[in-house]
Amino acid sequence: MNVLTNFPFIVVALLLAIGFYTIGFKKNLIKIVIGIEIIEGAVNLFLVALGYVKGAYVPIYTLAPKEAAEVNKMVLPTPQALTLTSIVIGVAVTALMLAFAVNIYRHYGTLDVRNIRRLRG
Amino acid sequence: MIEHLPALVIAIPLFGAFITPLFRKRYNLAALWAILISGLTLVLVLLLEYQVLTKGMMIYVFGADKPTLVLPSGYRVPIRIMFQVDGIGAFMAISAGLMSFVGAVYSYSHLQKETGLEKYYTLLLLLTAGILGMVLTGDLFNLFVFLEIASIAGSALVGFRNYRGEASEAGIKYLIVSSVASLMVLFAVGILYGQYGHLNLAYLSKQITFNPLDMIALGLLFTSFAMKCGSVPMHYWVPDAYTEVPSGINPPLLVSTYASLYALFRVSFTLFGKITIDMATVGWIMSILGVLTMFIGVTMALVQKDVKRLMSYHAISQTGYMLLGVGVGLTVFHDKQALIEFGRTAMAGGVFHIINHIIYKSLLLLTAGALFYVTGTRNLNEMGGLARKMPITTISFMVGAAAISGIPPFNGFASKFLIYEAVYKLNPLLAIFAMVTSILTLASFVKVFASAFLGPPLEKYEKVREVPKPMIVAMVILAALCVLFGLFPDFVLDKIVYPAVDALINFIQYQSWGGLA
Repeated sequence: MNVLTNFPFIVVALLLAIGFYTIGFKKNLIKIVIGIEIIEGAVNLFLVALGYVKGAYVPIYTLAPKEAAEVNKMVLPTPQALTLTSIVIGVAVTALMLAFAVNIYRHYGTLDVRNIRRLRG
Repeated sequence: MIEHLPALVIAIPLFGAFITPLFRKRYNLAALWAILISGLTLVLVLLLEYQVLTKGMMIYVFGADKPTLVLPSGYRVPIRIMFQVDGIGAFMAISAGLMSFVGAVYSYSHLQKETGLEKYYTLLLLLTAGILGMVLTGDLFNLFVFLEIASIAGSALVGFRNYRGEASEAGIKYLIVSSVASLMVLFAVGILYGQYGHLNLAYLSKQITFNPLDMIALGLLFTSFAMKCGSVPMHYWVPDAYTEVPSGINPPLLVSTYASLYALFRVSFTLFGKITIDMATVGWIMSILGVLTMFIGVTMALVQKDVKRLMSYHAISQTGYMLLGVGVGLTVFHDKQALIEFGRTAMAGGVFHIINHIIYKSLLLLTAGALFYVTGTRNLNEMGGLARKMPITTISFMVGAAAISGIPPFNGFASKFLIYEAVYKLNPLLAIFAMVTSILTLASFVKVFASAFLGPPLEKYEKVREVPKPMIVAMVILAALCVLFGLFPDFVLDKIVYPAVDALINFIQYQSWGGLA
């Protein structure tokens, strides 16, 4: 039971680990972007899982019955709003990172981070 | 109108940013529009500071008129987004308004050879809106959103010269660092929300108990904001980003770095201000990070040949002074006597150094941009003998270099002296490191001065003339501020710095929304 309720958080921890591993050890720029996306997925999942109440009503006020007003009878709406905002921001960040990656490939002819090192010293 | 100031300060640059793309291909109009909007923002933030100084903290709740009155059932918990402007927020807002104005004026002629400038000015105004939002907001999630706005706009500007591969390289580096940092901020916000069910900074700071989860949240927030403000060991993105960005953006980009520093102070002093035992440790960590940052930054700067890269390493080094000054204040935060004796002075030095550094480092980077404008290179070995050709740039550079090295009567001296004096009382060793750093700073600026401005005039720069007027105006404004802040430090300290420091120290007032709750 305990494992089941905490299951989303275990997944969050796993995703965070995979994401940081990808950023730290992969050499391809696109894979690093994917790593950041994985971390973002982990954080979004964490937020949604925080607000989830098992067996409770969805937070749409016009359709909710009377007993939804009691404590723990409705899923928290705020984390879902936060997640939506965070997804939108994430799309912008990814688009910009991929645009940079395309431009880097055009000028350097490679996406290997070991060779993208003209700025140093 | 006055009570809507905090919202207007964000709304006007945002509005300006979304209008700017309409000036397609008419770059001069776009530039004038950006100057107009950023000038208007500057006026508004000055008004805001005046309001905060005379009437105390300003609270602006979106969708309600009071922070406490939120639901008809009498549920007295803040659920709305609110802006909470106190001394330090207004202080940072002034820096942001001033620097985006200076940057817009400078860009008017600095970028005449580039294309796509309407997007450039859009991003400049977006960056301003992001910084202002970060420093004015009283809501943790809102802080994250504005942090992301500032970092997306900032990194797009770093990669603005997309015909250079290096610019994209610096841009993606900056974006990776800032997106990882902001995701970790969001994770920490999630941890706090999961425990206390709120996002309001003031309300959270009243509830916080400092269990292990809160410690994780503090650690995440501290690391992420330290990463974003370019402290050692996550400083490597700073030189790349500052070097590759067009010089007109350097001033606002500097402020966006220090907006993260502000967030770091806000988290340590306000959000976790109630915790009495462990904050001294955090203060020591901050001070030692500061010393390391200043020392590593300056030693890296000494060996650089690229003039902007050299100055960027100095930007890292000067961030160390701020961390050191405010870190010393945090170390003695809960020791009332030591706080009055030297803690408050150390913090004043650190906070004063923020605005001083923003002014003189922007000035130096703008002169470096002027050198690049006339010579087409940033390599110091290829320059020489420019002093006679560009007298105003030379004088501006001399003012900036003297200020950064802490030579009286320029502004760097005033804040550095406060830091030395106060830090010495906590631990003499820290103060000695700070002084050695200052000497090394002077050494490397003597090198820049000698190789770029002095020496026999080179043949290839025979036809070089002084840079266009808008660039001169931007540099002269900053140079004049350097001298003024240095000549009348007491006025600046009393009017804007000490209110900012007291806003950080007096977290009880922040928690109670300036007496409203």
